Amino acid sequence: MAKLNVNSTRMEQRKLKARRKMAVRGHKLLKDKSDEMIRQFMNYIFENKKIREELEHELEQAQRAFSMARAAMPPKAIEEALSTPVMSYSFVPSKTTIMGLDVPEFFDIEVKNTGALPYSFLTTSSQLDYAVSTISRLLIKIIQLAATEKTCVLLAAEIEKNRRRINALEHVVIPDLHETIKYIGMKLEENERGSRVRLMKVKEMVQKEP
Amino acid sequence: MYQTNNKIAIIGDKDSVLAFKAAGCEVFQGEQIKQTLKKLSEEKYAIVLITEELYKANDDVIKKHNSNTYPIIIPIPSSLGSSGYGMQQIKANVERALGVPADSIFNKEKIEL
Repeated sequence: MAKLNVNSTRMEQRKLKARRKMAVRGHKLLKDKSDEMIRQFMNYIFENKKIREELEHELEQAQRAFSMARAAMPPKAIEEALSTPVMSYSFVPSKTTIMGLDVPEFFDIEVKNTGALPYSFLTTSSQLDYAVSTISRLLIKIIQLAATEKTCVLLAAEIEKNRRRINALEHVVIPDLHETIKYIGMKLEENERGSRVRLMKVKEMVQKEP
Repeated sequence: MYQTNNKIAIIGDKDSVLAFKAAGCEVFQGEQIKQTLKKLSEEKYAIVLITEELYKANDDVIKKHNSNTYPIIIPIPSSLGSSGYGMQQIKANVERALGVPADSIFNKEKIEL
């Protein structure tokens, strides 16, 4: 903790007191903001974990099936089979705010599956059908995961930043101001005592003289 | 309304991404990921999926895009299976935000249930 480098005057002390009041108020506000952000973060992180666990599990199976299909089919045939998309997805990307922080949000997530696979069954293996249909099904989950996970990342970064601000206020700014105000107060008292003693001395000298 | 294309891109090795092509995602190869990401964010893609291996290898490049709301870049398991990297990222987020080990939070929930 260090005393700020200011003149020891009543004027400066007044200014510093105003600053301290502001800092204390800001500290309280930031702390409330942090609490609320952490509460929100907890909701999102559990959801994030849940979706990711489900997704990874199913995606892994789909990928495995796909590898099997690749092994069973000539590469040209696979590429030909998959060159047209089976399905179309649509969603409206947008932004919403959590405690003044822009986070992504998707509306109207819609995955239109045409139902039929876009290739002939003659040249393809059944593993491919499984893989493609699973991934089509998972796409909606992937879109949800993207929004949730990004929200978590942004919130985590913001909470960290906010905590730094709180710590700076709590452990540096406010103690510094406090100490400086106290120092100026003592200095002013000391000056007052000095001038009083001087006055008393002068009075004594004046009374002794005649 | 925020101007972002509702498009999904996937970056990864051929084995992993082909199936996504059938699902209507735009496919990009894994080389020169920096340029690809730049291009994708200029074209305002909403979601960019990257296989875990590539995500791990290009962590520093991806981190730079993380402060923007879009594009959303997330790791997905490749054809080699999940390495648990996605989960690790979630846990890292928890530690970053709360300053406590992630396991203590997630395991606590299980007990409450």
